[in-house]
Amino acid sequence: MTMFDQKKLEEVKRERTRWEQTTLPNWLKQSRERKTEFHNHSGMQVKRVYTPEDMENMDYMRDLGFPGEYPFTRGVHATMYRGRLWTMRMFSGFGTAADTNRRFKYLLKEGETGLSIAFDYPTIMGYDSDHPMAKGEVGICGVAIASLKDMETLLDGIPLDKVTTSMTINGPAPILLAMYVAVGDTQGVPREKLGGTTQNDNLKEFFAQNLCIFPPKASVKLTTDIIEYCARHLPRWNPVSISGYHIREAGATALQELAFTIYDGISYVESTLERGLKVDDFAYRLSFFFASHNDFIEEIAKFRAARRLWAKLMKERFKAKSPRSMWMRMHVQTSGCTLTPQQPLNNIVRTTMQALSAVLGGTQSLHTNSFDEALCLPTEEAVRVALRTQQIVAHESGVTSTVDPLAGSYYVEALTNEMEEKAWEYIHKIDDMGGAIPAIEKGFFQKEIADSAYMYQREIEEKKRVIVGVNDYTIAEGKCPIEILRIEPKVETAQVASLRKLKRERDNRKVKEVLDKLHYSAEKDENLMPTIIEAVKAYVSLGEITEVLRMVYGEYKELIVI
Amino acid sequence: MQTERKIRVLIAKPGLDSHDRGAKVVARALRDAGMEVIYTGLRQTPEQIAETALQEDVDVIGLSILSGAHKTLFPRIMDLLKKKGLTDVTVFAGGIIPEEDVEEMKKLGIKEVFGPGTPTERIIKYVLENVPKRT
Repeated sequence: MTMFDQKKLEEVKRERTRWEQTTLPNWLKQSRERKTEFHNHSGMQVKRVYTPEDMENMDYMRDLGFPGEYPFTRGVHATMYRGRLWTMRMFSGFGTAADTNRRFKYLLKEGETGLSIAFDYPTIMGYDSDHPMAKGEVGICGVAIASLKDMETLLDGIPLDKVTTSMTINGPAPILLAMYVAVGDTQGVPREKLGGTTQNDNLKEFFAQNLCIFPPKASVKLTTDIIEYCARHLPRWNPVSISGYHIREAGATALQELAFTIYDGISYVESTLERGLKVDDFAYRLSFFFASHNDFIEEIAKFRAARRLWAKLMKERFKAKSPRSMWMRMHVQTSGCTLTPQQPLNNIVRTTMQALSAVLGGTQSLHTNSFDEALCLPTEEAVRVALRTQQIVAHESGVTSTVDPLAGSYYVEALTNEMEEKAWEYIHKIDDMGGAIPAIEKGFFQKEIADSAYMYQREIEEKKRVIVGVNDYTIAEGKCPIEILRIEPKVETAQVASLRKLKRERDNRKVKEVLDKLHYSAEKDENLMPTIIEAVKAYVSLGEITEVLRMVYGEYKELIVI
Repeated sequence: MQTERKIRVLIAKPGLDSHDRGAKVVARALRDAGMEVIYTGLRQTPEQIAETALQEDVDVIGLSILSGAHKTLFPRIMDLLKKKGLTDVTVFAGGIIPEEDVEEMKKLGIKEVFGPGTPTERIIKYVLENVPKRT
């Protein structure tokens, strides 16, 4: 089984013991190590040195294999970045649809290769821009999209058969997807050519991103509606982006992020199988989304372990036959919570290392944060630097010339194995709780994440963890050294006025008709996608559609776990 | 014998954003420092926050917001607190609040604004030093 000659391995063991008794103690006598124990973010102890002994039980073909083949540890594509680079996809959105359309065109001109829409909070929460809860929030943290009219402006001049678009939207995902489909129809793009992603991962909302509208069961129903609809009608659309990013940003460790995300994935496979689809009919379109945090090697190990774990699950638990069903395709975003408002230019360095981890981990798509994002939404200059960071990694660093360059590193492989093993322990634990929804209802994920977040903060305050510019290497900072992007209140005024005008001028009889139909469909528990597409085409607003669904499903009441 | 009343703190999240990591960490740190902490949960309207502050008879309110809507929401909250006669409650804020807005927030009566990276110890110290003890 082993990858090493037994005799040679014995020799390594012998020599390690000798080294530990001779060279090492002498060295330690002269200078002690900086800490008594070294740990990664997941709390795993990191050894002083890794050797072939740490790969003793590995089997190359079983555990690593070749890229593009099971278990996909080395990557889902055979040639990886020698063939095609990852998609450079910058999450952006602010102000009105026209403002964001200009930013999209700027980014495409600068070499971005895919779009990613950031919606404002009212849109994310299913409120129209003129709803009382939207006051002061319109266009601030993302773009305001209240109706198909806004979506038409947002995508104006962007060919949807050539560019793929990712939409960070969950509760109202069916509505935004419907709008995208409607714009595609207007552009004359056949639906089978429409490519992109809806985040549509409602489970993680209940314990990480917390942007929940409906209770868990209804939310999973809507997620599954999209998966089912796409499997039947939008073959190039990734219906769900099973997201660890928010779990991590809420404070989880890399291990928790890995395990909880995979578990959400299991839940969606199960909910879709219940609709009568076969696993190979939809699993190939499930995509993932992870964070890339500060611990360089730990992150790489996490990405590699994630691919292997998912492949095994799909093959063994869900009996997938097609290799593509076993592929874990992922998007990665560098970690927003590692950015500091102190000495903001340092964030460029953090982002660069995190981007490099993602690439060495074999991502398919990447967003790099801008250095000013602990302070505001990125300015044009800041976002350009972030995009250039990816381009430099892609074209100058040399890491894209070979597939999975770090494979075989004793540390990387040992940590990949440990990540996978410990993630399985979590998966079995959640299985025993009865699955993701019972675990959410018990507050299990919430407590795990809150504890990790608190511990991380304690480590920073006790200086067990140094954050450059925050708890060490600080400087007296006067006025903010960089330009800040601000969204003017006139954005809200203009958006509210244009939405009200639309509501006056559209065919309001048709609006009522289709809303009634939606109400009926929701109560009958039908797949809502077709009716929602019909509704958005009649310029029914996002808030109006959500309101009907709120009536049918009720609203989620937050379970507070500190 | 009179026992000293614990300091009662309301940690509140106005606005639509869901970034509660900071609010929860601060809530827990204040609780571990011996205070009575009430956390409202997400997306509380100014009316709800003022009402909770009154009902819970708090000494301090910490407002956490990262959505950028502080300029709209904070004036309403401060106004409602005043209307309810809660003028002796110490209010501080945290989250993403640009430096150039801090002066404006302080004019509203918000005593202190803590940005990202603030050690919880500093917030604890601030509360202990600024809240008059009641019995």
